[in-house]
Amino acid sequence: MIEPFLMRAILAAIGLALIAAPLGCFVVWNRMSYFGETIAQASLLGVALALLLQLDLNTTVVAVSIAAAFVVIALSRQRVVPIDSVLGLMHHGTLALGVIVISSLKGQSVDLMGYLFGDIFAVSTQDLWWIGAIGVAVVLVMVKLWRPLLRVSVHEDLARAEGVNTTALRTGFTVVLALVIAVAIKIVGILLAIAFLIVPAVAARPFARNPETMVVVSAGLGVVSVVAGLTMSTSADIPGGPAIVLVMTVIAAASLLFAGRQVPR
Amino acid sequence: MSGPTDLKTAPVPNAHSGADHECGHDHDHTQLSAEPNKSALISARRLTVIRQGRELLQKVDLDLWPSEIVTLIGPNGAGKTTLVKALLGLEALDGGTVFKSQGLVTGYVPQKFTLDPALPLTVERFLAVGLTQLASTEKIAATLKEVGALHVLSSQLHQISGGELQRVLLARALLRAPQILILDEPAQGVDLAGEVELYDLISSLSERYRMSVLLVSHDLHTVMARSNRVICLNRHVCCSGIPDTVSKHPEYERLFGAAAAKSIAIYRHDHDHHHDLSGSPAPSPVQAKEDEA
Repeated sequence: MIEPFLMRAILAAIGLALIAAPLGCFVVWNRMSYFGETIAQASLLGVALALLLQLDLNTTVVAVSIAAAFVVIALSRQRVVPIDSVLGLMHHGTLALGVIVISSLKGQSVDLMGYLFGDIFAVSTQDLWWIGAIGVAVVLVMVKLWRPLLRVSVHEDLARAEGVNTTALRTGFTVVLALVIAVAIKIVGILLAIAFLIVPAVAARPFARNPETMVVVSAGLGVVSVVAGLTMSTSADIPGGPAIVLVMTVIAAASLLFAGRQVPR
Repeated sequence: MSGPTDLKTAPVPNAHSGADHECGHDHDHTQLSAEPNKSALISARRLTVIRQGRELLQKVDLDLWPSEIVTLIGPNGAGKTTLVKALLGLEALDGGTVFKSQGLVTGYVPQKFTLDPALPLTVERFLAVGLTQLASTEKIAATLKEVGALHVLSSQLHQISGGELQRVLLARALLRAPQILILDEPAQGVDLAGEVELYDLISSLSERYRMSVLLVSHDLHTVMARSNRVICLNRHVCCSGIPDTVSKHPEYERLFGAAAAKSIAIYRHDHDHHHDLSGSPAPSPVQAKEDEA
């Protein structure tokens, strides 16, 4: 018999694996891993502000992540330093501010480890609804944006010349990405959130001949990792989120080592 | 700005000094009106693009008409790609206007095309995804056959050769049924024999579908015979004209006949300002202004 808390954990993590797959593939194709990482890190500031100003946690986290993403986009228009330097700047800037705000919360005990690494077994039924709602919204948006996003990933100038509005698309994708990262943070925490997006996508790459195949394989490997990771977690009494990410990483490493030597024909 | 930009409005082309003036054929751009020509496919007036204080394009005027092949030549750093991108709306303008005839469909082959290896994509899918309406496999296959690349239909886009890639890019542009093809150095990564073949293909496609072609090239020899018009660009339009006129020019043999003179020939047509004869990047705007003064 599966305990209810374990059932909720499995459902939440599988849901995340499914909605993360299409996003994760685009993040990998567009070399946005560090961009995603920066959005995730900025959410610590969101947590801190929510606690300080007693705002709704989920909403504040999403709002701060989106704000950070748009600051990055605005800063990336300069041509003096490369984009990874801008990301490093934002990443550490928001982290520093987040830690300062959290340390100023006198009288409140803050479970910092919980936010950083997540607590998958603490997922509530209400969280599940929240994940489900965001999941449906994300899937609908991704279905709608799929073709233009793919065109932009293939070649941005070509897509623009053919009439794709890349600015609107980038904005939409950034908002969706921030939402999914906010969900991931609930489950695996700030530090491991991006792993849920990119690691299964990386693992899927050597097995895919087409973009859609890569998404499907990525989702499948994500689900397998969730089940294996949570089984490991309960039987060996190790933390759930890190166990899932560890399984994903082993699969991805093996995939790259054994199948990644050549692109499938 | 003074000097070269005034050329376009100067009533007499030979107004500039220089005994052996090779730009006697620049009659057509002296006749460009100040306003965009509404009967052209694309009509650009006084296009100016400034990046980091450098004027990449200086008040460029250009008209593209139906069913003509126009070749844009010029040294490295002359702004050829910038001009093409400006015409396509990919480059923000710092001045000037681009008029496009209503409902104009353009096919574009960009200069650099590299697909991130992390993105799996077959040639067929690459061609299908470029269209708003899903094209049938038959239509895609027929277009690929037309450009001589049917054999790569189900190959991964990463794994085809440079020449095959150029043909696939051409097929993607053609599938849009464009009135004008804009090709930025379409012969990149193609050997000389392949280059001649590719230009022949482009010119026959242009004829068959009554498409205009704007072609960026630095190889005047190969494109000359197939062009209706040649435009020499070096941030501004140095000169433009019908290749036939150029070839009848007394200087033609000296300029274009000897292979050694080829690279120099393109740059030596306009004598009221200086170009780097070695073909290395053109002088900075500051120097250019001094030169023109």
